[in-house]
Amino acid sequence: MKTNLYFRRVAVIGAGLTLFRRRMLETPQELAWEAARKALDEAGLELKDIDCVVIGSAPDAFDGVHMKGEYLAHGSGGVRKMVSRVYVGGATGVMVPNTAWYHVASGLCEKVLAVAEEKMSPARPHPQSIFRYIWDPILEKPLNPNLIWIFAMEMHRYMHVNKITKEDIALVSVKNKKNALNNPYAQAAANITVDDVLKSEVLVWPVQLLDTSPVSDGAAAMVIVSEDVARRYTDTPVWIEGVGWTLDNTEWTGRELAYPRYLEYAARMAYKMAGVERPNKEIDVIEPYDPFDYKELHHIEGLMITKRGEAPKFLKEGVFDIDGEIPSSPSGGLLGVGNPIAAAGLMKVISIYWQLKGIAGKMQVKRPVHTGVAQAWGDLMQASTVIVMRN
Amino acid sequence: MDGTPLKEEDLKKVNTIVYKPNAKYAYSAGQAYSKFLLGLKEKKIIGRRCNKCGRVYVPPRMYCDDCFRPTDEWIEVKDEGIVETVVASFISWTRERIEKPEIVGVIRLFPSRDKDWVFPGLFHRICADFEDVKNMSLFGKKVKAVWKEERVGSINDIECFRVVE
Amino acid sequence: MKVAIIGVGWYGFRPNTKDVSFREMMFEAAVRAYEDAGHINPRTDVDTFISCQEDFWEGIAISDEFAPDPIGGAMRPTMTVTGDGLQGILHGVMHIKSGLANITVVESHAKPSDILTMRDIIEFAFDPMYRIGAKNVHFLAGLDALKFMKLRSATREDFAKVVIKNKYNGLKNPRASYAANIGLEDVINKEYTIYPLTDLDISRFVDAAVVVILASEDVARKYTDTPVWINGIYSATDSTIELSELGEARYMKIASKEAYSMAKVNVKEIKAAFVDDTYSYKELQHVEGLGLSDNAVKDLREGEFEKGGKIEVNPLGGHLAKGRPLEVSGLSLLLDAVEYLRQGVVDKAVVASWRGIPTFTGVVGVVSR
Repeated sequence: MKTNLYFRRVAVIGAGLTLFRRRMLETPQELAWEAARKALDEAGLELKDIDCVVIGSAPDAFDGVHMKGEYLAHGSGGVRKMVSRVYVGGATGVMVPNTAWYHVASGLCEKVLAVAEEKMSPARPHPQSIFRYIWDPILEKPLNPNLIWIFAMEMHRYMHVNKITKEDIALVSVKNKKNALNNPYAQAAANITVDDVLKSEVLVWPVQLLDTSPVSDGAAAMVIVSEDVARRYTDTPVWIEGVGWTLDNTEWTGRELAYPRYLEYAARMAYKMAGVERPNKEIDVIEPYDPFDYKELHHIEGLMITKRGEAPKFLKEGVFDIDGEIPSSPSGGLLGVGNPIAAAGLMKVISIYWQLKGIAGKMQVKRPVHTGVAQAWGDLMQASTVIVMRN
Repeated sequence: MDGTPLKEEDLKKVNTIVYKPNAKYAYSAGQAYSKFLLGLKEKKIIGRRCNKCGRVYVPPRMYCDDCFRPTDEWIEVKDEGIVETVVASFISWTRERIEKPEIVGVIRLFPSRDKDWVFPGLFHRICADFEDVKNMSLFGKKVKAVWKEERVGSINDIECFRVVE
Repeated sequence: MKVAIIGVGWYGFRPNTKDVSFREMMFEAAVRAYEDAGHINPRTDVDTFISCQEDFWEGIAISDEFAPDPIGGAMRPTMTVTGDGLQGILHGVMHIKSGLANITVVESHAKPSDILTMRDIIEFAFDPMYRIGAKNVHFLAGLDALKFMKLRSATREDFAKVVIKNKYNGLKNPRASYAANIGLEDVINKEYTIYPLTDLDISRFVDAAVVVILASEDVARKYTDTPVWINGIYSATDSTIELSELGEARYMKIASKEAYSMAKVNVKEIKAAFVDDTYSYKELQHVEGLGLSDNAVKDLREGEFEKGGKIEVNPLGGHLAKGRPLEVSGLSLLLDAVEYLRQGVVDKAVVASWRGIPTFTGVVGVVSR
């Protein structure tokens, strides 16, 4: 990886979200439009000012449209402009601002609208059934897998290798759903206990219902611009200082699942660019990807915030609480806010943007924050995307 | 401008376009998978070895993605291995409840060692009880493939893997 | 800073490739590209990898899972652009210009022969409102062609001339499965598939994989003495079916304007064009959209698009001769341009790809020797 220190500076000057809900009336295009419009309003820009649009959305099968990027272009403001859609499975949400970053840093674009949308509700008989088609069509699909198998297998391995209990892990769900009570967009905010998690419906042991994030519809958008533009429109831009992503190979059955080595690589790429040398000391707030509760711990370790297997210990000590040393998922995360896949990833980036700008309202963490990290994860336990932002 | 949430019962009040995509494919299995599937028919688990790094690919690959060169030879691995991870599914792929849980996991096939970061691994059913999944006693157990009588060259030619010791 | 193409590799360009999986096809194309670039080792020398594909062409949801291994991109910054391969090149150029990478690899592959229900898959790309179960998904092209005919007073014979020219040009191209030496009557006497197009006016599908290696200016010199330069590249999307401009390719107008300005090129300097001819009329429409001709129909009739004319258009056959490999289409055209430049036939060329119906998206690149 080459990391050149002469990057053009790139800033975020606006963001917008729709509600995250199980089922929305709006079409995918309309959802994208609502988020995009809000982001433009916050930035003080109009669509005519935008020169490029970057779209993120996960499987085409959810919204039920082939070439989903082309379909979403119109609602995302991609009219008579450069438009592209990027895709790294569940990790797409953070890949969208990463891509917008290089649109601007390359000098090709000045003002980019970055939009992520997902509408999971159209899928029949259940959105879960779509996930059967993400497996290898020849060797895995014939076993009739569902998506939760993946998480359960990884979670169980993580528990086994690091001697972690389900109680330790359930604390993430408790924390995030509670954080979400402060988030006006949240779908699954709740005051629950570890016991509630352990008593919830067993889906795929060791995964129970409250270990998981819900099925959602929603959209998110950001306005990402060059330094000159940012200075013209705001006194408090938030800078994108590091971007990173890494994909491991497809052979998830042939590797140790207890630790996400690909995430470590992605994080190293982003940290190097941002000049972060000691992540546990220099990062003030994080939004690790948490479609399942253990995932947040797994990712905190991959982000090198703690050593391998030690995230649960720090979680118990309250380090990751909203008033802790390194608040994690102050937005409520996917567990609390909902999981319209690509939009959920971008929501995490927006949460960090709000924190760094100091406009997170009731979600604002107690300590002053300067450096924030958001991360997403996807594909067959093989992909991660990381973004480092500063104010 | 935050969007309009709908409840289940609201679905009747709105217009829905029902469309079932007619998407059908004939996936080319290719050199590597074809050999693998034919091997299963003969009760063999076929892999492919890279002689440069020594890595064995199961399912086989015609190229080594670490060394970026063609893999060198076919190799038969044992139909035995160690349970890397195991789970018990109480839902089907369409998310309906199932009473008797389906037990699946990853098996690290022999020859491979405990410390290997990458290994020939297979994702399959494991014939075991939910209790053994729950108390995690299956981890590290040695298992062996139970082959079906009638084999057609499919991953389902293996019924499941069963604990042998 | 210019960006160089330092290596290209391809595999397939056959109506079917049942003997290899798509991954094996990608590997073969990648090996050839790394060799062409002067023994590049992707595991140590390449900074970022880009794959261009769409889930429903692959028949796999999140087909991105399979992108890294066959091109040497495992445990590396690998990503997918769901779009035409030329859009992937655009992203690669941005990776290099932003300082993120010195060397970037762009890959695309297509196996339409694995798709049993092509008509339905294409219909699935339409807005749900417009999935009307038309037996013939080319209807949108028919509307567009007819509008173009009306605007430009083009005739059926004009379109047939494009078919004849391209299929003949393809005879020189090792990738042209559908090249042929045919005459005007052969096309004219065919029944219409969708008025005003016969099945000879519509390119057929083909399986292929292409890998292209991009490098920054200073790094390129280390690997090759004969790089092909990307002077400018840009993409544009017009709008939805209702709001896009039928009859003229507005996406090409927007994209080419930006690409030319980035390349600081005067169109008169461009002597060869490798443009999308998924449908015969599209070649003429795109040539105009690219500003290469004020009246493409007139220029075609006068032989200006052939060797010795104003500008050679698809001198290596285009999609009508080589087939249309889904998202590889743009790279297929780029490959022809690279070969043409390397042969020294021309110094500068334009490459222009379109994503096919129902899209209104095009990418335009200016390349030089």
